[in-house]
Amino acid sequence: MIHFVLLISRQGKVRLTKWYSPYTQKERTKVIRELSGMILSRGPKLCNFVEWRGYKVVYKRYASLYFCMCIDQEDNELEVLEIIHHYVEILDRYFGSVCELDLIFNFHKAYYVLDELLIAGELQESSKKTVARLIAAQDSLVEAAKEEASSISNIIAQATK
Amino acid sequence: MALSGMRGLSVFISDVRNCQNKEQERLRVDKELGNIRTRFKNEKGLTPYEKKKYVWKMLYIHMLGYDVNFGHMEAVSLISAPKYPEKQVGYIVTSCLLNENHDFLRLAINAVRNDIVGRNETFQCLALTLVGNIGGREFAESLAPDVQKLLISSSCRPLVRKKAALCLVRLFRKNPDVMNVDSWSDRMAQLLDERDLGVVTSSMSLLVALVSNNHEEYWSCLPKCVKVLERLARNQDVPQEYTYYGIPSPWLQVKTMRALQYFSTIEDPDTRRSLFEVLQRILMGTDVVKNVNKNNASHAVLFEALALVMHLDAEKEMMSQCVALLGKFISVREPNIRYLGLENMTRMLMVTDVQDIIKRHQAQIITSLKDPDISIRRRALDLLYGMCDVSNAKDIVEELLQYLSTAEFAMREELSLKIAILVEKFAPDLSWYVDVILQLIDKAGDFVSDDIWFRVVQFVTNNEDLQPYAALKAREYLDKPAIHETMVKVSAYILGEYSHLLARRPGCSPKEIFSVIHEKLPTVTTSTIPILLSTYAKILMHTQPPDPELQNQIWAIFRKYEGCIDVEIQQRAVEYFELSKKGAALMDILAEMPKFPERQSSLIKKAEDTEADTADQSAIKLRAQQQNSNALVVTDQRPANGTPPVSQLGSVKVPSISNVDRDSADQREAQSNGTLTVVDPQPPSPDLLGDLLSPLAIEGPQLAENQSDHNLGAGVKGAAVAEEALALAPIEDQMNTVQPIGSIAERFHALCLKDSGVLYEDPYIQIGTKAEWRAHHGRLVLFLGNKNTSPLTSVQAILLSPSHLRTELSLVPETIPPRAQVQCPLEVVNLRPSRDVTVLDFSYKFGTHLVNVKLRLPAVLNKFLQPISVSAEEFFPQWRSLSGPPLKLQEVVRGVRPMPLLEMGNLFNSFQLIVCPGLDPNTNNLVASTTFYSESTRAMLCLVRIETDSADRTQLRMTVASGDPALTFELKEFIKEQLVSIPTASRAAAPPIPPQPQPTSPPPPASDPGALLAGLL
Repeated sequence: MIHFVLLISRQGKVRLTKWYSPYTQKERTKVIRELSGMILSRGPKLCNFVEWRGYKVVYKRYASLYFCMCIDQEDNELEVLEIIHHYVEILDRYFGSVCELDLIFNFHKAYYVLDELLIAGELQESSKKTVARLIAAQDSLVEAAKEEASSISNIIAQATK
Repeated sequence: MALSGMRGLSVFISDVRNCQNKEQERLRVDKELGNIRTRFKNEKGLTPYEKKKYVWKMLYIHMLGYDVNFGHMEAVSLISAPKYPEKQVGYIVTSCLLNENHDFLRLAINAVRNDIVGRNETFQCLALTLVGNIGGREFAESLAPDVQKLLISSSCRPLVRKKAALCLVRLFRKNPDVMNVDSWSDRMAQLLDERDLGVVTSSMSLLVALVSNNHEEYWSCLPKCVKVLERLARNQDVPQEYTYYGIPSPWLQVKTMRALQYFSTIEDPDTRRSLFEVLQRILMGTDVVKNVNKNNASHAVLFEALALVMHLDAEKEMMSQCVALLGKFISVREPNIRYLGLENMTRMLMVTDVQDIIKRHQAQIITSLKDPDISIRRRALDLLYGMCDVSNAKDIVEELLQYLSTAEFAMREELSLKIAILVEKFAPDLSWYVDVILQLIDKAGDFVSDDIWFRVVQFVTNNEDLQPYAALKAREYLDKPAIHETMVKVSAYILGEYSHLLARRPGCSPKEIFSVIHEKLPTVTTSTIPILLSTYAKILMHTQPPDPELQNQIWAIFRKYEGCIDVEIQQRAVEYFELSKKGAALMDILAEMPKFPERQSSLIKKAEDTEADTADQSAIKLRAQQQNSNALVVTDQRPANGTPPVSQLGSVKVPSISNVDRDSADQREAQSNGTLTVVDPQPPSPDLLGDLLSPLAIEGPQLAENQSDHNLGAGVKGAAVAEEALALAPIEDQMNTVQPIGSIAERFHALCLKDSGVLYEDPYIQIGTKAEWRAHHGRLVLFLGNKNTSPLTSVQAILLSPSHLRTELSLVPETIPPRAQVQCPLEVVNLRPSRDVTVLDFSYKFGTHLVNVKLRLPAVLNKFLQPISVSAEEFFPQWRSLSGPPLKLQEVVRGVRPMPLLEMGNLFNSFQLIVCPGLDPNTNNLVASTTFYSESTRAMLCLVRIETDSADRTQLRMTVASGDPALTFELKEFIKEQLVSIPTASRAAAPPIPPQPQPTSPPPPASDPGALLAGLL
């Protein structure tokens, strides 16, 4: 299973964390510190796997961002590497050519998408189309609620004029 | 794309980004946290929009790594908001900020449940996601049935059902009882028939979780898995959106093949044939392509197929195909594939008959040891370690030694230990063993644990032919200008014992030896000085005729250390000085150390122990266990030329004799001694290693043996209570035949507090236990491991159970094959509270010797306790309602081992009596609670109060209350036993003189680097 997902920038800034195994805040900070030290210092032509405390961390760099997922030693590394890519492709499709800034200012969207992709550290959906459709449906629900709210406040405003 | 309408959040994020340094960022964050805190204080004035905004800000701050220790309540409360936007935020932020152990999460259970059972599909999805990501045991207990309904409901859409499936994976992991096996085996099979691949993908994860726990019940899913795999492999009925770079869902393929690895075999010939067709197609049809993602995806499938082929023990032809593929992979340029090639080749070592093919790739693997990537080097090291045997040991160890000089620090420790183990296991001749270990100490002294040099000493002591050679080598190393302290220790020791064998060589007169060792004295730490003092004493003894000048020199040193602040050094100095004045008597006392009893290498044992500890339910590990005996044979393979296994420390001579000869020789020896019942022909001498640092190393073995008995007996007595008399007498009897390794009583007491470990060990057998306790039921598995190369016969295990336990032991086989481990599950049901223990009457035959031991099993009272912490509101009414005897008993206990209250609290916690702080205002008192489970009492709350006297820590007043008179009494007596005699601690406090001659354990150094090291393996 995937124990956690980390997005770290080249400067070591955290852009997203998602923990599927229970870690306390202290442990989380420690894990991030240790792993960013290990992964950011790795050269470009090395493999995408790092062995760490009896686990494996599968990571891939996209532009300035490192996507990391921690898995059990006997899990299939390449499968997870492609889950990362799958996630990136969905983000790319959603934001339209995604960049780090998108993920900084819309970090909550990155969480929404991740929740449609993984649950309990296992892959939930392998169809990009389905994920995109579900995220769009969520967005429209939020929009609808907003419109409703503004129309109600309009009505109230009108009535109290 | 702008943040949809949340300006305040965007501004905050920009502000943080614009901070010049960490300090500024902290100020900005602190300001924001202050702001949020004030806004949350009068929640009434907050609009849902604002609440949402602040909660997002909190998550952002949390992500930056700051502690956000307030506002959890607000996040959780959004979950019960009526509208989707707030609810969504509430769910996501809660699942990121909290983990399953947070108390706040409990508050949400009801709201979450309402959403799950409600009709709103989007709400259901949110709730299932949260539970799937952070649900704990409580969630499992209260929500599992509802989630199961959603998964199998025909009216739910796939988007809900796939989330329900993964949600169940989580709940099942937290509490396996929530899935009823009988009803789920059929349902699982149906789920795998679904058309929607999203649902199948999630269900497959659920199946993997279920079969990893119990594969037998899910047989009906096996053919379905093969069908799913066929569907994907043939690309039948797979919608376009479920193909990834042209490959039908690689993830589902991998997952399905993973599930199949949990079934031990496939019996149905048709299913087997179909599966092998698919596997064959994957093995042969995967080509390297340009597109990285396609390549990764297809190789992910390929590697999983390889694992499945290995698991299924396919025909030899297919296996060699696999090895050929892996051979190709380990030489490609693509680092990921090379890494995985090495990793899977290591797994392949478990398969019989392919080692020789793997060996052909040795040169290529050694190249990978020099790869720039540490991940790849690690894999190469593991593989070389695994494939090493007598035929290639010299080459591989040579390479590893070379690599040691360039390896990064992170790897040196592991590397040193591995080298030491390989040399010991596979040395073609013993002088090579000494050469390599000394080189190892020389090159990487800091990373060589004490165990490694202890082992050299054992080896040299037990092999006479080796002694002059080892002494010569040690002498040579001492000539080097700067040598590591460990080298000083080992050379000093060896030269002390055997330098007289070199006397005629140039530079090896006692005087010269003494001065070359003494030169090092100013450079060493206090832990080495005692060894040097012993060496001086021995040199003095060996100098015949006495050399007055040398004698004066050494005496001066002894006198110098007579006042040393280090007790160990002081004592040795004083005693050696006095002894050396006794002249002829010195000869006997300082005579050469006797041989060590044959025993397993502590290094190898450590390596094996760590392997056993990490074993869990995963497919690969299960497989490893199934093939355990194979693996052992592989590593201990005996070559045709008949070199004996050097891991057995016998009086092995160079040149070696064949194994069979040796065995019979040993027996002859035993018979000629006329000691048929004593299995070990050598008297169990005191552990020399333990004595290297101990002043009375000179004591003869005879005395030590008596003490050993005495000690073990005392250990039992110290802990024994009246009703254990049954177990007591036989334990003393058995001392006379086979020496158990370690104290039986100590092992028992350790197991009373933990659930797995070794119950008993002697030179022939190791009995381990692993137990699981749930309410009043227990399942205890006995692992009977034959440590020898010949079978143990007439194995018999009889349980003598007290009346309050219903026990059922599964069949114990009569014979345990060589080096095999047999598991015998034992079911225990606790009927009534009682402190009586179950005794296992165990016997076996090894050769002509019948061994019989009676062992107490750790199915003791505290195993049926489960911690529960109670609040003041719960405690006091209960306490008052249990008003007096027989439900509430009070007793003043005297003769308590004095300990601080905190330590007593820890002791209580260790046997599941949970201390409730703050209930008793008096700081000298302690209140604890627990739940006891038995068939007659069911779950019953027990409350305990201890009042101590700060002036006299040896007495206390204890009050115990529960709803059952028998339970109150038994628990009170139980606690009293724990307080009055704390078995393990009292042994540790034994005085240093006489030396503790427990024949096996080398002295644990203060911070045992070996233990740390073993963790690396």
